[in-house]
Amino acid sequence: MTQPSACAFVPERAESSVYTRGEAIVKRPEEPKPRSDEWTLCLLRVRDTQDQAAFVQLFNHFAPRIKSYLMKGGGSDTLAEEATQEALATVWQKASLFSPVQASASTWIFTIARNKNIDAIRKQKRPEPEELDWIGDKEDDASVALETSQEESGLRLAVSKLPQAQRTLIERAFYGEMSHSEIAAETQIPLGTIKSRIRLALERIRHDLAREK
Amino acid sequence: MTPSNINHHLTDAVLLAYSAGTLPEAFSLVVACHVSLCPQCRSALDGLEAMGGAVLEQTETTALSGGALAATLAKIAKDPTGSPAKSYRKSSFPSPLQDYVGGGPQSVKWRKVGGGVKQAILATDKTASARLLFIPAGTAVPDHSHNGMEMTLVLEGAFSDEVDRFARGDVEFGDEDLTHTPIAEVGTDCICLAATDAPLKFKGIIPRLLQPIIGI
Ligand SMILES: [Zn+2]
Repeated sequence: MTQPSACAFVPERAESSVYTRGEAIVKRPEEPKPRSDEWTLCLLRVRDTQDQAAFVQLFNHFAPRIKSYLMKGGGSDTLAEEATQEALATVWQKASLFSPVQASASTWIFTIARNKNIDAIRKQKRPEPEELDWIGDKEDDASVALETSQEESGLRLAVSKLPQAQRTLIERAFYGEMSHSEIAAETQIPLGTIKSRIRLALERIRHDLAREK
Repeated sequence: MTPSNINHHLTDAVLLAYSAGTLPEAFSLVVACHVSLCPQCRSALDGLEAMGGAVLEQTETTALSGGALAATLAKIAKDPTGSPAKSYRKSSFPSPLQDYVGGGPQSVKWRKVGGGVKQAILATDKTASARLLFIPAGTAVPDHSHNGMEMTLVLEGAFSDEVDRFARGDVEFGDEDLTHTPIAEVGTDCICLAATDAPLKFKGIIPRLLQPIIGI
């Protein structure tokens, strides 16, 4: 997405800091400050104001990716096309259930695409865990979204720094190319690191927000 | 979220397969039930799904047909809210299990297996099988080993075997290497949800004869 979008959070420009060490002037590479990802903000608009323009942006970004994902999952072009449309319709229909405490938009939309892959392409069922009731205040969602996005972008950065072989394994697992026993036999997937990295962060965010059930 | 007393959790490989959507239905049911009871595994699952989100973001794009957006908007116009979320009664059975049983423990259609042990096979696809086990307090399930993978989740009561003690929320994994004799604790009857991708092998002669009849 190169064009400014309606949902784009106005990012604070990070300033390159200049400092001296001895004689040398070291210019540090510009690091963008963390920001909520624009897709999560789009999804919040769909959820809160049924914003069609925001939905179209989500569609344009995610539908072509979901279609590829579903074709990797074994769907023909026709089947994947239909299932992609259904997945995006589900994004609209279920938007009221989206909580940025739990996930960013891309994570939440991934789970919808995955479930579509199971029921429409593979014709199977996937029991879902009990829903948690987040009694969190919707007013807080923008700041919570920022926190979740930061954690997730940290996770993505960690993943992007993994050796290529490990990244490939993660992709193969998510594209459905590895069975459980293949995953279990594979010692190269750095699951522990990845899991604990986001787990602690999410537990902290939730601890602040969730009330005793 | 109340802190849990769960000591035996899902493995990373099972959680990853579940988050990727590749676990057979029967095992997915056990995972969904454990995650419903276990904040720790729920957070781990969220982390893995975030990875799935990252993978989706990096996936190359495939063009949709020209009318795809219009067709999607038409689907939405036809059904703006989708099917309503189901509601569940509070029970010792997490909601994913209630979907299979049609309610809580009182809705289970038990069949006697022998020695007071009862079971109910749940309707899942054939890639693996899931069943509920009722073990009266103080009773032992016959010695058995496993062909493939078995996952057993305790829902009520507790049992102990050669490995450890397992109480509500705990999951025991069994494979070729595990031969065990689970004994339900005195005091409370034990209800477990078990999934397996192969028939159980009982060591005792009578359970072996029973095996074809009870279909496990
Ligand atoms: Zn757990």
